[in-house]
Amino acid sequence: MVELEHFLGVAAALFVVGIFGIFLNRKNVIIILMSIELVLLSVNINLVAFSSYLGDLTGQVFTLFVMTVAAAEAAIGLAILVCFFRNRGTIAVEDVSNMKG
Amino acid sequence: MSVFDFTFFLFAIPLILGGIGTVTARNPVHAVLWMILSFLSGAGLMVLLGAEFVAMLLIIVYVGAVMVLFLFVVMMLDVDFAELRAGMAQFLPLALLIGLVLLMQLAMAFGTWELGGGVSLLDAPAGTPEGAGAHNTAALGLLLYDKYFLLFQVAGLILLVAMIGAIVLTMRHRKDIKRQDILSQMYRDPAKAVELKDIKPGQGL
Repeated sequence: MVELEHFLGVAAALFVVGIFGIFLNRKNVIIILMSIELVLLSVNINLVAFSSYLGDLTGQVFTLFVMTVAAAEAAIGLAILVCFFRNRGTIAVEDVSNMKG
Repeated sequence: MSVFDFTFFLFAIPLILGGIGTVTARNPVHAVLWMILSFLSGAGLMVLLGAEFVAMLLIIVYVGAVMVLFLFVVMMLDVDFAELRAGMAQFLPLALLIGLVLLMQLAMAFGTWELGGGVSLLDAPAGTPEGAGAHNTAALGLLLYDKYFLLFQVAGLILLVAMIGAIVLTMRHRKDIKRQDILSQMYRDPAKAVELKDIKPGQGL
């Protein structure tokens, strides 16, 4: 019988996979951005699971706000990436030290 | 094993597999496709939980917009991805260690956790507005446009700022193309721009 714990377990596993991806692809900004999206998806699943099991819609409202911020973050992140690639010709994160004093 | 359980595993397993595929795929286009699988499965789980509106929004916003944006950027940038993946074997032990530590922390927190007895499950929906009936979307709308209206406005503002920011960051002014200069058009003097010629009949210029 699938209960709340199963949903939380799946969300936790996805969260760990997302964090794992950030550390595994330390050079590739695109995959790092995708890993962040995975982490946010796991958070959304947690919020919706609690919302459903507590019968309280507030969790789903906050899922909407998390999705808004995630979409804005993805758009800005990719815009910065395109801008950076245009200037430097690479997207390796290690090269992003222009601001260093 | 009921239909609910079967459907849960039908969506949960592709969700995790899609996540693993995203972070380990050799080709970033494949990573985006794995991620689409992951988001579709997540939407399936949300439908299973009774959150239809959020699930459909996940498909429309993420699969329809954000993933296509990722796909555009991956295909547009001419990046040598093989070079970027070169250090992956070097990062693998650290990544595995951190993932394992995080997993153990979550398992330890999860193992001792149980749902509080004081929480009334499903009998007293605290934040659910009256009169919405069984419709998830209607109930969400009543809550969003009433109690969380200010937050809703702020979310719209965030999207506006993100849109303007993305345009400002990526817009390029090209010098080698002709543009309309409205000011110079407006300041044109009719006396200089138009020349009157008195042409005799049958002669031409």
